Amino acid sequence: MSRPILEVSGLSMRFGGLLAVNGVALSVQPKQVVSMIGPNGAGKTTVFNCLTGFYQPSGGVILLDDLPIHHLPGHKIARKGVVRTFQNVRLFKEMTVIENLLVAQHRHLNNNFLAGLFKTPGFRRSERGAMEFAMHWLEQVNLGEFANRPAGTLAYGQQRRLEIARCMMTRPRILMLDEPAAGLNPRETEDLKALIGMLRDQHDVTVLLIEHDMKLVMSISDHIYVINQGTPLANGTPEQIRNNPDVIKAYLGEA
Amino acid sequence: MSSVFSNLKTACFSALLVLAVAYPVLGLKLSTVGITLEVQGASPARLWAVAAAALGMFVWQLLRNRIGTLWAGAPKLPKLSGQASNWLTLPANQRWFIAGLIILALVWPFFGSRGAVDIATLILIYIMLALGLNIVVGLAGLLDLGYVGFYAVGAYSYALLSHYYGLGFWTCLPIAGLMAAFFGFILGFPVLRLRGDYLAIVTLGFGEIIRILLRNMTELTGGPNGISNIDKPTLFGLSFERTAAEGMQTFHEYFGLAYNSINKVIFLYLVALLLALLALFVINRLMRMPLGRAWEALREDEIACRALGMNPTIIKLSAFTLGACFAGFAGSFFAARQGLITPESFTFIESATILAIVVLGGLGSQLGIILAATVMILLPELMREFSEYRMLMFGALMVLMMIWRPQGLLPMQRPHLELKP
Repeated sequence: MSRPILEVSGLSMRFGGLLAVNGVALSVQPKQVVSMIGPNGAGKTTVFNCLTGFYQPSGGVILLDDLPIHHLPGHKIARKGVVRTFQNVRLFKEMTVIENLLVAQHRHLNNNFLAGLFKTPGFRRSERGAMEFAMHWLEQVNLGEFANRPAGTLAYGQQRRLEIARCMMTRPRILMLDEPAAGLNPRETEDLKALIGMLRDQHDVTVLLIEHDMKLVMSISDHIYVINQGTPLANGTPEQIRNNPDVIKAYLGEA
Repeated sequence: MSSVFSNLKTACFSALLVLAVAYPVLGLKLSTVGITLEVQGASPARLWAVAAAALGMFVWQLLRNRIGTLWAGAPKLPKLSGQASNWLTLPANQRWFIAGLIILALVWPFFGSRGAVDIATLILIYIMLALGLNIVVGLAGLLDLGYVGFYAVGAYSYALLSHYYGLGFWTCLPIAGLMAAFFGFILGFPVLRLRGDYLAIVTLGFGEIIRILLRNMTELTGGPNGISNIDKPTLFGLSFERTAAEGMQTFHEYFGLAYNSINKVIFLYLVALLLALLALFVINRLMRMPLGRAWEALREDEIACRALGMNPTIIKLSAFTLGACFAGFAGSFFAARQGLITPESFTFIESATILAIVVLGGLGSQLGIILAATVMILLPELMREFSEYRMLMFGALMVLMMIWRPQGLLPMQRPHLELKP
């Protein structure tokens, strides 16, 4: 086993009297698809929020490449290559599809005020590069023909794909998807599975996944963590999880 | 049957409302008798007119359903406006349209009357202000009700520097812009956490603080009397006054022309045009730069911005700072043009007017702002005889806009980006 890219230990998050996450530990190997599952309200999204800096965790350590990131604000963590999607799609709805992708490349573009004012060759090159990169990914997610449509007018499944493409614009190392298959029809879920597989195999992205669709989770994950009521319940390969009596009990209740 | 009854109720209520509004406004007259004011009834004809209006409203409300069906049978006006404005706001067409406007604006002061050129200068000042506010409100989506504060900072920067140190307009212009930008930056910090209504209240307070400070720092700013005798801009050191100050030359002497005061008016107009065009150009470029896109993204969804690695603090601050900077330019020009500024030039109503221009034009749309500024400044000037009803018309305009074009006169359209080279 190689060194983990993301290592979380003893992560806990307290909201007043409520301990939403308690002692969660994750160890994510590079270029793997790692899933987090658990019943509704188990604290999976809270873990995501802690990892991406939207919450300051009450306790625990988050190491990205052996460097602690749990005290950093959200945008700094994103700059280190940890990028997420949201459970409810968060696109820039009034802006066009291609603009959504250009915005996400903000940090990689020529931001010099004067260069932009006078459209210097360097600025044009940077803009053209951004456009080509955006277009490349639009075709990857089959949205090429919608480039100039306002993002809010796309169908739900398309919006989900666009959100993933938008994350890819930031050249992430870890992509965190919060219920990407929610609300998708079976064919779209198949496409999503292919897309996640491609991200891992061709673009060397580590994917962290929260998902309720067990068929998807079991077929694509390299490793699965189960969380129940904020505490880790089990972890292992899909095969181990499927046969774990504790997991079955948490999901189906006591027989 | 019940619909007739409810119509009757609305009709009575509407008629009473007409009476309640119209009688105190039109039916009562204040006149001075000696040193006291006396309330007198208006002429009977006017009272009858008010009564007739109330009756008219009563009948209209009672029969409005029937009139509505009659009206539906009437031939419809050709529906053009939607398409036409759509065509106007397409970015490609807008470029040509703006080029045409610029040529028109350059040529016409040489034909227009002195008063008209003066009003046009005022319109240009408001265009500049509204373009600046558009960055903050239209693009970044931060409701700023204290924008006039930055305008005041710009105006007083020039006035004070000119008064105490004798610096010229062109030297002070960038300084005034920087000062205003600095104040924008200062204001930006505490309000970063606020959104919507809360932000509006704090910025409103900021605008008032600036005005009250200026009024009370009497030793420095002259208090309520303001600062007078501010120098006008010069053309490469050529003054437009009848006689130049020591060591300076006047424009008409240099070119061997007879002195004509309209030269000064036209020159001021051209300076305003230059500044407005500069603002138009810079902001137009900004909207197509990564920073401009980031502003809009921030307006749409701040959380998503943060998740993509953009720093909302810096983006918001840059919007505040750049917006304020343009107000500073406009302010220093305003001071130079008026020659006299007092704190009362920078009341809240100015902020409201500028905001109204931005909203009326269509948030984010530059051509819309130019049009709206023209309408908002020109209308009161054209209707000077009705100046008592100015606020009434203002309100009526707002209501009509809300009904017919809630998105603004010429709403912003997204640029259509060419994808393949």
